[in-house]
Amino acid sequence: MKNTKNTKNMIEAEGLTKNYGEVVAVDHIDIEVASGEIFGFLGPNGAGKTTTVRMLTGIIRPTRGRVRIAGFDLRRDPIKAKEVMGVVPELSNAYNGLSAWRNLQLMAELYGVPAKDAKARAEGLLVRFGLHDRKDHKTRTFSKGMKQRLVIAMSLMSDPEILFLDEPTSGLDVLSARMIKEVLRELNNEGKTIFLTTHYMEEANQLCNRVAIINHGKIAAVDSPEKLKARMGGLGRVEVSFDTPVDSSDLRRLSGVTDVRASGDKTYLYTDEPGRTIQHLVDCCRSGGMEIVTLNTLTPTLEDVFIKLTGDGEVSVGDANALEGAANNDS
Amino acid sequence: MIPDLMDQMRRAFAIAKKDVRIYYLNGPVVIFGILAPAFLFLAFMIGRDLPVDFLIAGLLGMTVFFTSTSITPVIAPTETQTRNLERLAAAPVSITTILFGDMIASVFFGIAISLVPIFLGVAFGVAIAHPLILAVGIVLAAFCFSALGLVFSSTPTSMTSTVMMISMLTKFPLVFVSGVFIPIQEMPSWGRALASLSPLTYITDLCRYCIEGTCANYYPVPLDICALAVFLVIFMVTAVKLHERSLPMRL
Repeated sequence: MKNTKNTKNMIEAEGLTKNYGEVVAVDHIDIEVASGEIFGFLGPNGAGKTTTVRMLTGIIRPTRGRVRIAGFDLRRDPIKAKEVMGVVPELSNAYNGLSAWRNLQLMAELYGVPAKDAKARAEGLLVRFGLHDRKDHKTRTFSKGMKQRLVIAMSLMSDPEILFLDEPTSGLDVLSARMIKEVLRELNNEGKTIFLTTHYMEEANQLCNRVAIINHGKIAAVDSPEKLKARMGGLGRVEVSFDTPVDSSDLRRLSGVTDVRASGDKTYLYTDEPGRTIQHLVDCCRSGGMEIVTLNTLTPTLEDVFIKLTGDGEVSVGDANALEGAANNDS
Repeated sequence: MIPDLMDQMRRAFAIAKKDVRIYYLNGPVVIFGILAPAFLFLAFMIGRDLPVDFLIAGLLGMTVFFTSTSITPVIAPTETQTRNLERLAAAPVSITTILFGDMIASVFFGIAISLVPIFLGVAFGVAIAHPLILAVGIVLAAFCFSALGLVFSSTPTSMTSTVMMISMLTKFPLVFVSGVFIPIQEMPSWGRALASLSPLTYITDLCRYCIEGTCANYYPVPLDICALAVFLVIFMVTAVKLHERSLPMRL
């Protein structure tokens, strides 16, 4: 069993702030990740994701704020805090001049894993990540997917309680990405706490218990993917295609419709009341002599929530407040 | 406290092993470590009628100096570029541990290569009068010069050429003022004052004592050893402070 303090939250950050000169990269953010949770951290490029992860993992010091990892204050007890976490950075950083085996053994030595355990663990991880037959090859000969699998294996050499992953499947082939997602699920089932930074909304939707969306260094929303989707009003959609082109201004007048967007041969009607909208749409088509080819109702996706909160380049305070208010009402 | 320190020491050795495997155990580095001081030495000694024990003592001091400062300056910029430094920064090791690991690897390299001029001297019939003091001096000098290399590597850059330029600009003038080519006794007073500021002076002086005999040295032996120890502390403390400041800029 790892040397961890008895704590409900494995990751806690309070008022975390990072300034680079005049630029505020991360602005007073609070994060709490419970033990055994997969926590997704989403945000557009330059929003402050990687800076936040680097502060949480002790790679860089925050300008202000406090981080506790498994109960250890990262500033006062950096070694103990780092011993309970594994880190997978955004870009692969295994040593190219070392073999896969040597990279794993180096990690074991850096994290104080006994030599006997290290050998058995390295064997197991190489098999788990499909790298065993290449274990004595220099990492520079590995493909991007193999390197990424090795880096994840390296982060697991110390059998950490907490795993930080920064874009672990970015740019990988489907098989490598699927293998990594599967491993993350297994690790979570084993009780590991996972902090996952990703650009892939579907990945966050499938894997995460809760997600935080960061924009311009501030947390815009934190909740479970389903609750976030449910709380975002106006993102329900009716997807319809007609046999003839239709004037969108007619559709805007339908009951409950807040927006109309066309994409290819389909038209999307954004509505809070999909049932009423469909009824009126059918009536409208009857009276106008139009024929509906297909009709689907779509619920909001995590991507919709993300776009709504970050898509205009600014944190929508109204949207963030609405979510916060909804969260308070829930609790 | 002590178990934590031992843990950090073990981790420093892991970093040293990694450095040896990646940076030191390759042909060009070993050949450069032997040939660079040898060529420089020959360039200044050919045509001058000097005894072989004087030559070997100077060559030995210079070899320890060049080999111990050869790789340490480039590790940090190289690992900045390859992003391996981020891996180490995330690991449960302090900056001092990382630097100490780099230093240990460099010390081993410096000591190993310094055996070449010693064997060369023995082959030419040079007798080593004080082998134990010579061994202590070489080990201390290797630590001291490795720490100097760490000071060079604190430049917050990923360009190894920048660090090498700074390193060379410092190392070459030091060679000329440190009594390697001209005995300190024969230097003018300003030259002697300048020589006293170079750590290379003290290991060269110590080598002269150990190889040429009791009267060949300029400074007393305890002073040579103390000076090397003081330079080691100054360089190591400076390196740790500078790296603490430059590490966030590298990441």
